[in-house]
Amino acid sequence: MQQVLNGLTLGSIYGLVALGLTLVYGILHVPNFAHGALYMVGAYVSYVIMVDVGANYWLAMLGAAAAVALLAVLCERLVFNPLRDAPPIHDKIAAIGIMLFLEALVQMHWGAEFRRMPTPYTGIVEFAGLTMPAQRILIIVGAFSLMAVLHLFLKKTMTGSTIVAMAQNREGAFLVGIDANRVAMMTFAISGVLAAVGATLFAPINLVYPAMGHLLIMKAFVIIILGGMGSIPGAIVGGLIIGFAEAFGGFYISTDYKDIIAFALLVVILSIKPTGLFTKGVR
Amino acid sequence: MNALQKISEFFMTPAMKIVMILAALLFPFVASNEYQIYVMALAFVWAIAVYGMNIITGLCGQLNLAHGGFFAIGAYTLAILTVDHGWAFWWAFVAAGVSGALLGFLAGVVSLRLKEHYFAIFTLCVGFIIYLLIDKWEELTHGALGIINIPAPSGFGLVDFTETTPFYYLALVFMVLSIWLAARIANSLLGRSFRAIRISDELAASLGINLMRNKVLAFVLSTTYASVAGALYAGMVRFIGPAEADVVHTFDMITFLLVGGIGTLMGPLFGTLAITWLTQSLQFLEEYRMIVFGPLLVVLVIFFPRGVVGTFLTWRGRRLAAAHETAQKESASEKKPSSNKATTPRNQEAGNHA
Repeated sequence: MQQVLNGLTLGSIYGLVALGLTLVYGILHVPNFAHGALYMVGAYVSYVIMVDVGANYWLAMLGAAAAVALLAVLCERLVFNPLRDAPPIHDKIAAIGIMLFLEALVQMHWGAEFRRMPTPYTGIVEFAGLTMPAQRILIIVGAFSLMAVLHLFLKKTMTGSTIVAMAQNREGAFLVGIDANRVAMMTFAISGVLAAVGATLFAPINLVYPAMGHLLIMKAFVIIILGGMGSIPGAIVGGLIIGFAEAFGGFYISTDYKDIIAFALLVVILSIKPTGLFTKGVR
Repeated sequence: MNALQKISEFFMTPAMKIVMILAALLFPFVASNEYQIYVMALAFVWAIAVYGMNIITGLCGQLNLAHGGFFAIGAYTLAILTVDHGWAFWWAFVAAGVSGALLGFLAGVVSLRLKEHYFAIFTLCVGFIIYLLIDKWEELTHGALGIINIPAPSGFGLVDFTETTPFYYLALVFMVLSIWLAARIANSLLGRSFRAIRISDELAASLGINLMRNKVLAFVLSTTYASVAGALYAGMVRFIGPAEADVVHTFDMITFLLVGGIGTLMGPLFGTLAITWLTQSLQFLEEYRMIVFGPLLVVLVIFFPRGVVGTFLTWRGRRLAAAHETAQKESASEKKPSSNKATTPRNQEAGNHA
């Protein structure tokens, strides 16, 4: 039962990060390798707001979300927009360039050491014989409510619908007068917000350091491949699958090889079904 | 022909090759200290790996992000066989190449079923699995401690490769061989098939090119290059750790490749040497080099996606085509439209891969 909780915690964070990736992929067909760096920057921004400025946890989350959203939009404007007609290999290399730059910048400014992020929610909740750290509950509740808000935004609002329309059919979206630039910027902003919120939620039970995004971004990629690139429910379900696989694998097999489970799963699944688990034929 | 054009033409002649090889041979005599020779030898070793990457990524158009992992596989195969099992260096060296090829084949057969982004992401994961295995499988790889006291290449009692200068020549020989082989591949039917695949899978398939077989072949060639370079690296540095498999090395190699010119023959060498010396001369950059190289990558793919060598070749191709056109115009009155027009693009194409 403890493992279920762990799995749910991991899964909801993975889901959040993968959602940001899958949204960007769905719109622009760019695998944004820099997404993990955005996540990392988000963690640092909220760390700074909380520790150096001394602000409230939620304020820090808000600040990080705004900062990373801005950064993501900047990336879109300066890098991905000029590259929209280039061969796909260029987008990937440019995304890697952004990632390397952000990581080096953070490392230069804050150093490579590990930092612990404080959280106001340090209590432990006892419920039906289960001990649950409050932060974990916050992660699960926070992540799922954000997913719900995102879902409502995409389904119920006009601006949300433009994003969905772009993802479904680019030319069709242009025909009905959707402004591609605006949608692209908005998508990057949303993915930035998701990354920053995920980072602020997860950082207190993890650590903050420049390479923190590496492993996570690779797992997020595994998730969106499993879930089908560009598919929103796929990202959430995939996130939970990987989260549970890691929690149970770490418990029953070996904690040393915990991180490998996600990748091994990917290799196995792709060897059997090269298009991912939930894709609907189109790639 | 103006002076600039004459110089540019000289770059394309066979004499240039001899000049370059001579310069490389003489380098240890003009280098001011041993460290410079060491850096140059290390750059040659990396260049070999970058040539491997050029085959799968430059020629065949598949972004392989596991390349650093295969470099580490070569290094570790050599280190484990020589240190733990007492093999002679050159046998272990051959085994390193073979293991790179075999593991590359296995990874290639699975990963090349995927296209474009999926392939890049999958290979990124493969690279990470390699890193994790090296880091965690302590019985085999000594884990985070790494492997020390790797023997230098044996010189059969004639030369001592623990010295820097002999090793420099050894690395040079291997690099020249690598470039020669890369040139042979690029200009063969095989290389042309690879380029057809880069342009379009469907186009290549409709020409009767077996996609899977060619892609796997390109992948295996590239991983063999990487593991041979890794084995040389292990013999040179003589200490290796899990950090060799870090994805950062793959990104370094992409930078080398992109700066020099992806898909060109001399690009990998030029990029590796240029960036290695740039990093060396700006010592403070060592740790934070990515602050410069990250944006450099972005600027390059946006404005000069073909790198230095590629941009030069394009420029030269344009000049030739322009010269050709004026010549054609002058002779147009007396001659009937000849086949010159048809040969122009082909010349350009041949130049691009020279």
